[in-house]
Amino acid sequence: MAQPSVTEERLEHLKHYFIDSDQQFEASKMGMWIFLVTEILFFGGLFLAYIVYRTWYPELYLLASEELHTFWGAVNTVVLIGSSLTVAMAIRSAQLNQIKGLIINLWITIGLACVFMVIKYFEYSEKFAKGILPGAHYSYEGIAHEKANIFFSIYYMMTGLHGIHVLIGIGLMVWLVFKAKKKVFHSGYYTPVEITGLYWHLVDIIWIFLFPLLYLID
Amino acid sequence: MATNEATSNVKRIQVRRFKPEEYPEKHYLNEEKGIWAWMTTVDHKKIGLMYLASITFFFFVAGVLAILLRTELLTPARSFMDADVYNQVFTLHGAIMIFFFLIPSVPAALGNFVLPLQLGAKDVAFPRLNLASYYIYVIGALFTLFAIFTGGVDTGWTFYTPYSATTGGNVMAMTFGVFILGFSSILTGLNFIVTIHKMRSPGITWNRLPLNLWGLYATSLIQILATPVLAITLLLLTMERLLGIGIFDPALGGDPVLYQHFFWFYSHPAVYIMIVPGFGIISEVISTFSRKVIFGYWAIALSSLAIAFIGFLVWGHHMFTAGQSSLANMVFSFLTFLVGIPTGIKIFNWLATMYRGSIDLKTPMLYALVFLFLFTIGGFTGIMLGALSVDIHLHDTYYVVAHFHYVMMGGMVMAFFAGLHYWWPKMFGKMYSEFWARIACAILFVGFNMTFLPQFVMGAQGMPRRYFNYIDQFQSFHVFSTIGAYVMSVAFLIMAGYLLHSLLKGKRAPSNPWGSRALEWQAASPPPLHNFHHVPVIINGPYDYHKPMSEFQLGIAASHNGHHHHGDEAVKVEKSEKEQA
Amino acid sequence: MNRFSEFMLPPQKSTLAEHTDALFNFVNVTSIILLAGITFAIIFFAWKYRRRSENDVTPVITHNNKLEITWSVIPLILVMIVFGWGLNGYMNLTTPPADAYEIRVVGKSWLWEFHYETGHVSVNELHIPVNRPVKLIMSSDDVLHSFYIPDFRVKMDVLPNRYTSLWFEATEIGESVIFCTEYCGTAHSNMLARTYVHSAEDFITWLETAGSADDDLPPAELGEQLVVRNACNTCHSSDGARLVGPTFQGLWMAEREMQDGEVITADENYIRESILEPNAKITAGYQPVMPSYAGTLNDRQIDAIIEYIKTLSN
Repeated sequence: MAQPSVTEERLEHLKHYFIDSDQQFEASKMGMWIFLVTEILFFGGLFLAYIVYRTWYPELYLLASEELHTFWGAVNTVVLIGSSLTVAMAIRSAQLNQIKGLIINLWITIGLACVFMVIKYFEYSEKFAKGILPGAHYSYEGIAHEKANIFFSIYYMMTGLHGIHVLIGIGLMVWLVFKAKKKVFHSGYYTPVEITGLYWHLVDIIWIFLFPLLYLID
Repeated sequence: MATNEATSNVKRIQVRRFKPEEYPEKHYLNEEKGIWAWMTTVDHKKIGLMYLASITFFFFVAGVLAILLRTELLTPARSFMDADVYNQVFTLHGAIMIFFFLIPSVPAALGNFVLPLQLGAKDVAFPRLNLASYYIYVIGALFTLFAIFTGGVDTGWTFYTPYSATTGGNVMAMTFGVFILGFSSILTGLNFIVTIHKMRSPGITWNRLPLNLWGLYATSLIQILATPVLAITLLLLTMERLLGIGIFDPALGGDPVLYQHFFWFYSHPAVYIMIVPGFGIISEVISTFSRKVIFGYWAIALSSLAIAFIGFLVWGHHMFTAGQSSLANMVFSFLTFLVGIPTGIKIFNWLATMYRGSIDLKTPMLYALVFLFLFTIGGFTGIMLGALSVDIHLHDTYYVVAHFHYVMMGGMVMAFFAGLHYWWPKMFGKMYSEFWARIACAILFVGFNMTFLPQFVMGAQGMPRRYFNYIDQFQSFHVFSTIGAYVMSVAFLIMAGYLLHSLLKGKRAPSNPWGSRALEWQAASPPPLHNFHHVPVIINGPYDYHKPMSEFQLGIAASHNGHHHHGDEAVKVEKSEKEQA
Repeated sequence: MNRFSEFMLPPQKSTLAEHTDALFNFVNVTSIILLAGITFAIIFFAWKYRRRSENDVTPVITHNNKLEITWSVIPLILVMIVFGWGLNGYMNLTTPPADAYEIRVVGKSWLWEFHYETGHVSVNELHIPVNRPVKLIMSSDDVLHSFYIPDFRVKMDVLPNRYTSLWFEATEIGESVIFCTEYCGTAHSNMLARTYVHSAEDFITWLETAGSADDDLPPAELGEQLVVRNACNTCHSSDGARLVGPTFQGLWMAEREMQDGEVITADENYIRESILEPNAKITAGYQPVMPSYAGTLNDRQIDAIIEYIKTLSN
């Protein structure tokens, strides 16, 4: 479209400052992409700290990562990849106007996200019980390296921040379910579903990097 | 895509001339009433004004702190405050000026007001997010105030570890406040980028984008790319204090130099967050008051982007004495000099714009010329500091203090004042006293140089920064500098006086008091709630002073002009038709 | 030129100062010439092309490639000269000669300790021989500091858990001031020291007699000197004034409340412990910021300081 159409009806979802739905959709999507860039840079700082310390103390990472349970990490990876699939299916349902499918897929995604968090909870509490606490509270003796606390500081910062992102994602998707039940979304307007999906993929991708970097060292 | 590439060669658009309404009765300042309407507004202009009020407050607070510092430094030993208090005061002066005044000053305050107007848009792409950014800023500010009243912070605005991890006071609240503030900056940048990409009126191609928007665009890029790194750095620092995670604290096995790398990776680009939007304003002002096509449009536009880009690669020049390798120092020094080139290009372009212009030395132009002079000094002394061997001598002395004040205050703050005086009539629909404004500008210029020129000398002689006591030989410089600071405060008082007078009793401003060709001047002063009653169509560049004004006032009548929720579309349309010449 | 240089810069007292100053002057002079040109252009244009009427017509000059290339390339050449020049000086500043005389420097909040090859430790006094390269190997006991001698044009940060170094060769006998230039807390600006440049013979004599010169002083008098020499007086007054730490006046045998509520009497053992392990007991209302003097002061010196504090009792 080269010029604002004068005849187009003002749709319910179309904000007054946009000329048409396309413009609104494109703007929202671009906004989300930029936000994802900032998220990557945000985590990038932590990845950098990880790399720096790994370069300085490669043996520390070998030793300390043995304390992490590769099996449960792998399970969580599968869980998150699965949830990325269901969120994509949710978007597809919205595009096809299948509101019921949208809601079901969102619920499955939320369920998988919760499974992830529960597994994470058990991983954390097992470590806390051993004395692998973050920062100055670290008291575990099982790793023969003076900087073991730093590895786990980085571990807790990375997985903790990632966990917070998962929680935010759960919140967003619950909100989407409510909106979907109110029949807000249809094939002509599903922007929030689309951009939440983008966000969720990023959360997934960050985990896909975290898993090998933290669990699979050796 | 609706609006972007709607140039005439793609599709013919029927346009009519829309002369801006003069002295409108209804405008954005009075269309919605009451404090609640202000606090919940999503209008970019009002949000801009709320930022303006907030940054004015913080500028005042940090300015008072500066006066206290300068007064304390009148004598080599204690004058009236203790060392601990002094250390807190300089920390707060720096932190407030940078995080709460400079960074939001042009982008969030002036930028918010002017960006959609220059695009011919009704608002930014995400108005609610825009309002949220403002409140995030306020929450960050509250955390900072909380920190000040619960022990204060004495780390310097750089929060260097391990000192910041171990000192008393409430560093955690402060760093957390700045962490929150970062998100305000990120979201504003995000909003601006999307708005510039997606909300341009028909005909605003990339080569007709006002240079102010190129400046804001480059700034926004830095904001979204650098600020997240500051956020994670300050989060780590907060965790350092909360849990002792040890990444930056050598007592726990961490590395303080790593912190400096993290910090400057943000904070050097942040310098460009502060100065690049100033370049944009100066380009607008110089072209308008020379009434001449800007010289080297693309050179100015691209040099902003170049500065933004190179700005990411030079953070290490803050650390020449920090113990990084000689190779790193060499590379950072080399890259630092490269920043000088696009900066120089801008200065010469502005001068060339003035050449054979029709120059009117109104207040905004005066500030722009003051900017040119002071910023050039800031730039040259930056070259001095980029030279490795000389920087070893000058690093962390008053020379550095003087240098960044010439860049930040002589550059950015003067550009901000140029912009403020330039857009003031548009913001409030009122003119200010040209006489008093020029006087204030002159006093400010004198006071500024009195304050900071002596600091170059004492810095080169070895006076370190952040010193509560100093050796006697520097006293005469300090006294001179302090008197300069008092002179500046006189200028600020005059400015506060005539601007207040303008708000209350000022003469009403016409829509285009400067005869500018830029789009924001084709809206009424002050603009209506949704900026334009029509969709503006642009066929000329914003600096085409050789073309008649009538070619800059074109547009399409919009049937849905933003009042769909009021249900009075018909009325509005009629009104906009009446406005036609 | 020389006058200008003397006004702007401290005296040149090391071999490398001249190189740094030459570059400083070059940048300054070039900048001033360019700034004068730019300022002249601003004023001249503003006057010559002032607005004469509202209908002024201005020419359309959008760009000029030749001009733009000129004003890009000339500054580029200039800054590359500055870069090379600065790099050259920097390489000299960071490459100490192999035969440099080594002195170990420890920065503590807020004093400088200098350890010599003989085992002697001086506080806030750096003694060096003239015309001989000296290399300082530096570290910090607590936060970041930075070691700066303006007269020598040298500066280097001092970090905990890591060694940094700098070197210089003093060219004239005399004294120079040493600053800490990395902000390190309350008494940052009092973290001053002096460099004493001796002739080669005098330096050897100093090194041999240093530390034994005090032998014949009565303990209280020696204590008074040690308090000054070891920078105790940066934080502890002897006249009752409140500085960073508690005053020495009236301290002896006084009952003081500690941060944990315990009340102690300031006897020999308490004072000795406070010197060697300052953070073991903190007087209520003060911060735990004092560095340890273990290894800096020997038993005899600690005794002398205690004797001195005794003389300050009420």
